[in-house]
Amino acid sequence: MGLFTGLFWLAVAIILGLAAGWIFRVAVVAASPRPIARELRTAPLTASFGMLVILIYIVVAVFAPLVAPFPETEVVGTEYQPWDDVHVLGTDNLGRDMLSRLIYAARNTVGIAFITTALAFILGVMTGLLAASVGGWVDQVLSRAVDVLMAIPALIFALLLLTIVGTSIVNMILVIALIDSTRVFRLARAVAMNIVVMDYVEAARLRGEGLLRLNIREILPNAMAPLVAEFGLRFCFVFLMISALSFLGLGIQPPTADWGSMVKDNATLISFGDITPLLPAGAIALLTVCVNFVVDWQLHRASGLKE
Amino acid sequence: MQEANDILLTMKGLHIEGRTDEEWLEIVKGVDLELRKGEVLGLIGESGAGKSTIGLAAMGFARDGCRISGGEITFDGINMRTASEAKKRGLRGRRIAYVAQSAAASFNPAHKLIDQYSEGPVKHGVMSRDEAESDATDLYRRMQLPDPDSIGFRYPHQVSGGQLQRAMTAMAMACRPDLIIFDEPTTALDVTTQIEVLAAIRDIVEQFDTAALYITHDLAVVAQMADRIKVLLKGEEVEESDTRSMLASPTQDYTKSLWAVRTHARPEQPPVIEGKPVLSIRNVTAGYGAVDVLKDVSFDIHPRRTVAVVGESGSGKSTTARVITGLLPPRRGEVLFNGEALPPDFRRRTRDQLRQAQMIYQMADTALNPKLKIRELVGRPAQMYLGLRGKALEERIRELLSLIEMEPGDYIDRLPSELSGGQKQRIGIARALAAEPQFIICDEVTSALDQLVAEGILKLLDRLQGEFDLAYMFITHDLATVKAIADEVVVMKDGVVVEKGPKSEMFQPPHDPYTELLLSSVPEMDPDWLTGLLKARATATDG
Repeated sequence: MGLFTGLFWLAVAIILGLAAGWIFRVAVVAASPRPIARELRTAPLTASFGMLVILIYIVVAVFAPLVAPFPETEVVGTEYQPWDDVHVLGTDNLGRDMLSRLIYAARNTVGIAFITTALAFILGVMTGLLAASVGGWVDQVLSRAVDVLMAIPALIFALLLLTIVGTSIVNMILVIALIDSTRVFRLARAVAMNIVVMDYVEAARLRGEGLLRLNIREILPNAMAPLVAEFGLRFCFVFLMISALSFLGLGIQPPTADWGSMVKDNATLISFGDITPLLPAGAIALLTVCVNFVVDWQLHRASGLKE
Repeated sequence: MQEANDILLTMKGLHIEGRTDEEWLEIVKGVDLELRKGEVLGLIGESGAGKSTIGLAAMGFARDGCRISGGEITFDGINMRTASEAKKRGLRGRRIAYVAQSAAASFNPAHKLIDQYSEGPVKHGVMSRDEAESDATDLYRRMQLPDPDSIGFRYPHQVSGGQLQRAMTAMAMACRPDLIIFDEPTTALDVTTQIEVLAAIRDIVEQFDTAALYITHDLAVVAQMADRIKVLLKGEEVEESDTRSMLASPTQDYTKSLWAVRTHARPEQPPVIEGKPVLSIRNVTAGYGAVDVLKDVSFDIHPRRTVAVVGESGSGKSTTARVITGLLPPRRGEVLFNGEALPPDFRRRTRDQLRQAQMIYQMADTALNPKLKIRELVGRPAQMYLGLRGKALEERIRELLSLIEMEPGDYIDRLPSELSGGQKQRIGIARALAAEPQFIICDEVTSALDQLVAEGILKLLDRLQGEFDLAYMFITHDLATVKAIADEVVVMKDGVVVEKGPKSEMFQPPHDPYTELLLSSVPEMDPDWLTGLLKARATATDG
């Protein structure tokens, strides 16, 4: 019986989600100028739903102080208050409002994850393209260095580096970006290797184009499809890594709200059958899924794949 | 059992549609076809004519994204449109066989030839594995493959392209089918290899009295192979008649235009006796690794002249181009441009030296960056070398597009994927012209194009040469192209220049033996040409 109702609500959620996606798509198509509208019309419902959710996350993150009913770090009640009219999702282990912290955490966690992924990509793509387009010893040095970095398990390496440089948000961003850029490097290099042998790259070289222009105008645009797909995936991994580090106490430091440490701080509630600690985890999961919906759609479009 | 009629395959009002984006487009628009037992029907037409699609439809098969939407296909009394998949599978390979264009891509590289040969007959229960193996050896012998007893035990990559194509034909013969579909079986081969394959195919088809659909875009080839010819254009039949009358008196304008291509030639310009060559290659030896691909190559290219460099694959034609452009610094020898030695590595050349020698590539698809618009593709060299900006650049791009006979307003903002093959090649030409060079290397620029389109490109190149005083080095394996455009010819074989001189001398005896072989291997429109040639060669070796 429990399983049956579970499935029922899951189906309802999926249908509502897709319906929301559909309404969102219709609304956006109507509101945007023609060329963008034409592209958006091709978006599948999953991607529309994904875009809608991402948009909501962004709005919530940007306007957190306006949306949240209570401040981020203030103790406003007793510990572990149940859900009621004042504290919609109850309070946490110190008596802070759960809903408000969830909203502020969107700002912290998503913002930091985005910056970290972007940094990892800038670093990884630049070095990857350089290795592929120059080749020779440059490629050897970069590739072997990356091999060494990749030989150490990511989480342990991150813990090690954070212990050395000390825990701060900036340090965490840099450390995760460095570790993740090695994965991006591998992909960027492999994709670019297939592009540098094309005649148009040879033609550009013979024209006397400099390395920068060769990479930015000739190689990068043709490598975008797999890189964009990887960006979506990497974003999720970074997200999980930040949460994992926070859970271990090395990531975002209290009292700053973030989803990973919120799970840790309130984990004891699970033993009492309260699902509140799972909400931040659910927020992470939902964003991850939605980002991948959108990325999948973009990948299909960019690679010319048809269903 | 057999009726008085000996019709093997009929198609009536065949319609085939292909899916693009949201809608179905007709690829084949009502074609009728009839093939008697033991007869060879040639299907010719440009790319997009629907030749291969019709060939596959004869097996009751449509490619992914295509569907047979109307008409009848009857093979020996069996309705191929309603036959079950199992029944069709029983026919395919056993009674109808297919020989693909690229044998190298069609063989499974992980299995030996004989394993792939035996698969069909054993699966269809025609022969046991041992019988199949001895049968394979027999057919390999009949296909005049070298070393027929052991060649089957090699892997596809250990066998040359022409041999692989013959092995594939032998494989198609394995179950002694009633019908074989040959889909451009010699298009990817050199002329001298093509002859061997054509002779072997014709021989074996005659021996077993097999009917065949022979699909090709090369008229001269189909003239040797087919009893009847059907000309197709954009999915519709243009005309059909038996080979001799088709060659002698085509009735339709389109067919006549196909015939006319072969006769185009421009007058040869008088040889240059004095004056400095634009480019001269002096005793160049170059190669990769330990192997010398070019051995002591020398020739000159004079202003306003076209030098055709001819040879089979592996003869070093393209390597010569790489040496000239500086991609492959030679081991010995040098390249002079207007009397001055060019630095061997292109990275050490000045911008002006790079500008003066441009290149047009064989595959326009890979030579144009698919993510850039025509504006940038054509404009970049002008911007880079001549420093044009803003309005001046825009005007120059438009002027260049007009020069290559493309309406600037329509094309300037398109991507390469929105152009046809011939248009892409024109953009390649415009890009080379944008640098205002003195010398252009054309690397097989027409070999990936249909005859009529290729003809347009050759005429364009010809006109531009006169307008801008260009010198061309024309790399090609196609002697018809040489006849059409060259002033001088350089024949290469195994990295050595075998013969060089003005075109008129090249096409008149006496020749170097290799040039002779090359010249005599170019198929002619005469249906008796292959028979005659083989006879002549046989007597030559006997005597």
